[in-house]
Amino acid sequence: MNNSMTMNSGHSPESAHSVRGYLFVYFALLAGTGLTVWASFIPFGSREINIAVALLIAGVKAFLVAGYFMHLISERKMIYNVMGFTAFFFISLMFLTLYAMHDFPPTTVTH
Amino acid sequence: MDIPYTVHPRPDTGVYNAKMGIWLFLASEVMLFGGLFSAYVLLRVGADEWPHGWLNIPLGTANTFVLITSSITTVLAWVSLKNNQFSRFKLFHAITLACALTFLGIKSFEYHDKFTHYEITLANGKFADGHLIGKSRDFDLEKKTGSVTIHGYEVAQEVELIDLQRPEARHIQREEITIPAAEIKRMGNYGPWHNTYTAIYFTLTGLHALHVIGGALVIGFLWGPGSRMWKTDPERFTNRVEVSGLFWHFVDLIWIFLFPVLYLL
Repeated sequence: MNNSMTMNSGHSPESAHSVRGYLFVYFALLAGTGLTVWASFIPFGSREINIAVALLIAGVKAFLVAGYFMHLISERKMIYNVMGFTAFFFISLMFLTLYAMHDFPPTTVTH
Repeated sequence: MDIPYTVHPRPDTGVYNAKMGIWLFLASEVMLFGGLFSAYVLLRVGADEWPHGWLNIPLGTANTFVLITSSITTVLAWVSLKNNQFSRFKLFHAITLACALTFLGIKSFEYHDKFTHYEITLANGKFADGHLIGKSRDFDLEKKTGSVTIHGYEVAQEVELIDLQRPEARHIQREEITIPAAEIKRMGNYGPWHNTYTAIYFTLTGLHALHVIGGALVIGFLWGPGSRMWKTDPERFTNRVEVSGLFWHFVDLIWIFLFPVLYLL
């Protein structure tokens, strides 16, 4: 087989070291999932705090997936530009959502 | 004429075209799911009561483990190609496909559970709730003939069906209940039409499941007939596997947020 490849996708040939890194991330994600479930049953005082804790853990897990499995921590500048714009619009959308949360029209009937 | 920059990076972007394309696509996907998450937040804060404990947490946790496992096998499949280990690539992507099918199987079971779960408004003002066991042959809600049998329980007020995580709800005894059609005012299952919670639950998880199906089809193609390219153009094939992997990781990433939001909070 003619597989003497020259890798050009922005990553060097993978070593056993990087495989160990992927496995570390994998077990961290599994542990994070267990932690999320466990934390959801802990009464932190209010449901809002439980939501914040769960989203914080989910955020860390998302960073691990995007950063290491998707190699976003070592990507090209153009990819960062694309994701930077995306992050800006996504965060703007979430702020608009927060802004609209208590913005009921005056005729709305609440029970 | 060959398609340009399928292997080598394009000078102005620094990456090969397919990789640029998948990241632009993922950017649009972030906004698609972002819009739906926004809808979820607004539906939730606008609701008088928001359901808790309606979904099976062990099954959701198992599905999370399955998707995370599929993510590591996807990246290891790509690493295998980088290291010229084609047989290991086949093995890892076979596991990825098995994980995808397992995820969809568990999700189908959960959907089936919701479609066979009924809330029945009784003529006496009470509510019966449970899984459908069967209907008598002559059951007709319009004509008020026959009866329906569920495995569930009765409550005095509908609000008691909303939060199943409260302490008293955990000790509810379920039993087989047969209800004559004449005593039923209204009955409906827990499909997307049940309330805003089930509507957003089916929308979010349904769209996510479509992504799982799409990703599995692409990975299945690259594992099967598409893998012939490894013999003719291994670098391009490796790039294809990387691009499909990026999509698959994104599907995993979305589930990382869906799981706590829908199952736990």
